[in-house]
Amino acid sequence: MPKTQIKDLNTNIYNFKNKDEYAYKIKNGLTKDIVCEISQKKNEPKWMLDIRLKALETYEKLSLPTWGPDLSELKMDEIATYVKPKTNMKDNWDDVPENIKDTFEKLGIPKSEREYLAGVGAQYDSEVVYHSMKKDLLEQGVIYTSMEEAIEKYPEIVKEYFSKCVPLTEHKFIALHYAVWSGGSFVYVPKNVKLEMPLQSYFRLNSPESGQFEHTLIIVEDNSSLHFIEGCSAPKYNKVNLHAGCVELFVKENAYLRYSTVENWSKNMLNLNTKKAICEKNAQIDWVSGSFGSKISMLYPMSILKGENSKTEYTGISFAGAGQNLDTGFKVVHLAKNTSSVVNAKSLSKNGGICTYRALVKVTPNATGSKCSVNCDGLMLDDKSRSDTLPVNDIQTNDVEFSHEAKVGKISEKSIFYLMTRGLSEDDAKATIVRGFANPVSKELPLEYAVEMNRLINLELEGAIG
Amino acid sequence: MLLQIKNLHTIADDKEILKGINLNINKGEIHVIMGPNGAGKTTLANAIFSHPHHKKTCGEIIFDGENITNLKTDEIAKKGIFMSFQTPEEIEGISLFNFIKQAKSKTNSKIDYFELSDEIEKNIKSLKIKQGMESRDLNVGCSGGEKKKNEILQMLELNPKLAILDETDSGLDVDAIKIVSKGIGMFSNKNNAMLIITHSTKLLESIPVDYVHILVDGKIVYTGDASLANEIDKHGYSKFVTEAKNA
Repeated sequence: MPKTQIKDLNTNIYNFKNKDEYAYKIKNGLTKDIVCEISQKKNEPKWMLDIRLKALETYEKLSLPTWGPDLSELKMDEIATYVKPKTNMKDNWDDVPENIKDTFEKLGIPKSEREYLAGVGAQYDSEVVYHSMKKDLLEQGVIYTSMEEAIEKYPEIVKEYFSKCVPLTEHKFIALHYAVWSGGSFVYVPKNVKLEMPLQSYFRLNSPESGQFEHTLIIVEDNSSLHFIEGCSAPKYNKVNLHAGCVELFVKENAYLRYSTVENWSKNMLNLNTKKAICEKNAQIDWVSGSFGSKISMLYPMSILKGENSKTEYTGISFAGAGQNLDTGFKVVHLAKNTSSVVNAKSLSKNGGICTYRALVKVTPNATGSKCSVNCDGLMLDDKSRSDTLPVNDIQTNDVEFSHEAKVGKISEKSIFYLMTRGLSEDDAKATIVRGFANPVSKELPLEYAVEMNRLINLELEGAIG
Repeated sequence: MLLQIKNLHTIADDKEILKGINLNINKGEIHVIMGPNGAGKTTLANAIFSHPHHKKTCGEIIFDGENITNLKTDEIAKKGIFMSFQTPEEIEGISLFNFIKQAKSKTNSKIDYFELSDEIEKNIKSLKIKQGMESRDLNVGCSGGEKKKNEILQMLELNPKLAILDETDSGLDVDAIKIVSKGIGMFSNKNNAMLIITHSTKLLESIPVDYVHILVDGKIVYTGDASLANEIDKHGYSKFVTEAKNA
């Protein structure tokens, strides 16, 4: 059977560039002066500057990870860590400057806001340019705004939680993040408030040779629930861009948080992102993650099951094409009794793409009666591609139900033949198999993203249309 | 003539499997192929469908007046040949219904959704397929028997000119075999033909078989009428195997 060529993911629809216009772009590199300047531009309180400076010190001390993809092409001297767009934050799309508004129109953000979102945030380069939320939520005490505004308006809350979930010493790139962070969303859901519709923040990096370091902090108080969606994209440039964001999630007693991400960074992006959630008693954090873009990704969301009966589910898919090395996975630490985690991770690699599932499951001696089920599947669409599974399971108690299943394989020729005997072309057959493989994840994604993902798969597995 | 196989030779992994098959099938006929394990029965079905692992080294296959020897699998399907698999594949993410719809759209230009839906519902009942099977992922988590019935359902829906059943009866209990045989009865008419590969004669009891071919070591060594199947049932293949060796 002749091999069909399957094209790389078509990210062209994300690849429009605006002129590199900004109110202010800091000079390339990472120095104390630069960090101080960012802080000064933001007119920050001293405690935040102190965090930044401590982080910078830590960054300089820490070395690059000795495992995972090669990051040697990242030269911090060539990266501008702060690019302020030519606008401040608006709460009305009409007030957002035309070219920036156009960008988000093309990405469908205002349309989604009208149709099914309870609120929207939009970041362009280093600053949030738009934030808005439905009135009734405002009246119920829900806060959804940029991190900068949160520091200004709600300093006590921010101070109590900022950097308490993800400490700045955790690894080199989180130290980098804390030194130069800018933008990101702040969400506070007070007790007993259940949001019916999701909030969505969209992050767009337009400026070449720059980095995006948004900080997202979400607190869901007792008995409350929230679905938060994060989207990201950028046009492609010849030199690397860097994304080192941080997400800190606090899920209080009986609260529920669903955190969905669809990442479609351009293929010159180094995506070194850190996400973590702390779950109190009876709380649940669910992660849904689609990683399609970037040149290199190192992304391992983590759930800390701190309270009894807390739960987490991770559903993720990575799709690596030519030149992409996506090193993703999930980490969970069971600290309390009767906690449970369910992991369903999928990866697709083609045309030389590399997908690695790197994961940690830790069950501490106190976490008796806990359950943990891990399932990961890697599908390689050709002989050039790679898919690896590197799980670490550290189970410190016998009173636990633990299961781990990992499958890595090539697309089944038997299945292709079977489908072809029913009249499907080879491409159709492959697309059917790939869609089916991705389906358990795509059905968890927000609808528009699920449709988008299926559309991408259809387009990419050429000839698969009708 | 609907199908004409002339002196077909195939190799797989450098080993010759089919060593000169000649077979003619006319419209309205039901042919049965029997033979010991490893004789090449499934290979014959796969070779008709241009399976990538079976290279044709010699011979040709004419279907409905057209040389299909070198066509691709899906093109052959579109000409009107269907094959029921011995072990049907489990395909996640596509329901049996949508799969039939998709497959049908490859051969039929127009599909009326409601008509198709009614028809599938009717056939599901006739074949005693579990309710709701049509909306489940294709064959996923199905028992062997359920999968075989799904194959027969697909055969009825796609309504090919030639249906090849590869050991559709293997591993089935008596009741399931009856249902498969009922499905064959529903399908078979004077304008189509069937090639049934089987080990046992149970399936054949209520089917008007026209020819039985004995396949041994890559060749059809004997052709007879329906009574040949009964003879095999009683005495096995040893006679034919010995004859083939001596030939």
